[in-house]
Amino acid sequence: MAEDVTDTAEPADEAPEAPVDEARERIAEAFRAELGDAVEATEVQAGRDVWVRVRTDAWRAAAEAARNSLGARYFCFLSVIDWLPSPFGRSMDAAVDVELARRAGEEPPVPSTELAHGVTGGATRFQLLARVADVGRPGEHWGVTLKADVGDDLTVDSWVPVYAGADWHEREAWEMFGLTFTGHPGLRHMYLPSDFEGHPLRKEFPLLARMVKPWPGIVDVEPMPGDDAEPADGEAADGEGDS
Amino acid sequence: MTAVTDRQKLQYIAARAADARVNVELETEGMTLNIGPQHPATHGTLRIVARLDGEQVIAAEPVAGYMHRGYEKLAEVRTYAQITTLVNRIDWLGSFANEVPFILAAERLMEVEAPPRATWIRTILFEMSRIANIILFLGDMGVQLGAITPVFFAFRDREYVLDQIERVTGGRFHPNFDRIGGLKDDLPKGWLADTAQVMEKVRTFCDEIEDLLMGSEVFQQRTRGIGIIPPDVALQYGLSGANARASGIDWDLRRDGCVGLAYPEVDWKVWTHPDGDSFARFWVRLQEVREATRIIDQLVEGVPSGPIMAKVPRIIKVPAGEAWVSTENPLGEMGYYVVSQGDLTPFRLKIRSASFNNISITPWLLRGVYVPDIVTILASLYFILGDIDR
Repeated sequence: MAEDVTDTAEPADEAPEAPVDEARERIAEAFRAELGDAVEATEVQAGRDVWVRVRTDAWRAAAEAARNSLGARYFCFLSVIDWLPSPFGRSMDAAVDVELARRAGEEPPVPSTELAHGVTGGATRFQLLARVADVGRPGEHWGVTLKADVGDDLTVDSWVPVYAGADWHEREAWEMFGLTFTGHPGLRHMYLPSDFEGHPLRKEFPLLARMVKPWPGIVDVEPMPGDDAEPADGEAADGEGDS
Repeated sequence: MTAVTDRQKLQYIAARAADARVNVELETEGMTLNIGPQHPATHGTLRIVARLDGEQVIAAEPVAGYMHRGYEKLAEVRTYAQITTLVNRIDWLGSFANEVPFILAAERLMEVEAPPRATWIRTILFEMSRIANIILFLGDMGVQLGAITPVFFAFRDREYVLDQIERVTGGRFHPNFDRIGGLKDDLPKGWLADTAQVMEKVRTFCDEIEDLLMGSEVFQQRTRGIGIIPPDVALQYGLSGANARASGIDWDLRRDGCVGLAYPEVDWKVWTHPDGDSFARFWVRLQEVREATRIIDQLVEGVPSGPIMAKVPRIIKVPAGEAWVSTENPLGEMGYYVVSQGDLTPFRLKIRSASFNNISITPWLLRGVYVPDIVTILASLYFILGDIDR
């Protein structure tokens, strides 16, 4: 879908120094032209993807612009990212990190407590993430990943009036992250029982299985039988199957 | 093209009036029909609550979640190598195909590229998963219409394909064979030659199914013109794969945006059908199985030699970044949005599975259809429960 604008992604990756992806730059430019200063940030990774982050209040306008003006009629998915670092620390990989640091003679890493936003940045804990694409015209397909911050009221405009398929995705986001979508026809539970409390995909929601039985990651750094040296040669593939 | 004549308009109004009279005279009491969660037509545990007016559905609501396993949460505490085990179980009939987009996304973040031989074998196994998956659909569609024979043919011939997959990967259903940077193992001896024979058997199966089902008048009447999805609606709901192509949308991720797989190397065709009904969805999938055998035939001829694994560290820490990679899986577009913060585990993994979107259209699609058609429409949309609930 998206990867095809330059038709084959790999040659673009190998191209020397900072290849310019004109097709994707044009997509980012088109969103800026449609939405004006509601576009907070854009990013183009040549031959790969384009991201557009819009203001929260322009979330539905972004969908309308994508669908009605730019022709991205295909709705791929809508979801949320919770940028809060896990309050349980990195308990899951701490054992490995400590062991690796010990071998390297370094201090074990200290988990950060700050929000570390990814591509196109952001300011809030929750971020909307959606993808739409223009498909059906061979050779001219493109796709874009849209993002938006979500304010403290955890309320955003629903996409259902624009993309009917957003219905289930927003129900899932409401259930899993506790976001409210205004204009959604009925935010009901998608997967969980209707009396379920909490939002499982939020970072502070504990994964009980990991609480009961800690991360066995330390197994990963035990040397293979007859393999005392640090693994770096062509046999790198073997270790993965053990975990 | 001429406009509708007045005479035609009057005829239409008269017909509607007659319908209305009949409806008044034969007024029925509404009832709620609960299909599932345990029902043969639901391939597992999808429940459909249909509000009926006589034989007609006035509202239908699928209830998912009976098999939710929370993979997106589990993935946050598992290493990348462990996650392939999880994602194997999303679409369990074409398991290998689930691993590929995830591995490709991780490889993109790590800036690793699998060697050509691994890419080719990946593509062969990918297409084999497609065949193993869709063969069952072709047989199952008959069962939903009361034809029992095709499903036995399907199970028999699927086994040949699964045997081939098992010989390479060691697993019939859950290969867990794809690795970041390549594959777990090389092909066994003689495998490529046997594959060509299996493909011949699959083509024979396609011919048999075509003879058994497609020519049948019952099959035609139960599928033609039933459950029509116009292209615009299909796109709005995010239908992908054969469901979209059966609505005339000329879009296949193997051709349009193929990343890290060998499809550009072979000569093949994307099949579409303009009708958008249940028959079209069946027809497109049948052609896709044939096309997949052609793709495999060409690929086994030219598998390059060389290593099957690129150099990757034993302990895989994926550099911080975000990547979206989707591939054309048997059920449609399957993609992973991987957010990494440089840890052993993904920070967030969004799994975009095809059936979730494909089934979200059912409230729209089932409105107004007759009760027996619910089953055929659901069968023709073709979903795997694990692919909805994840």
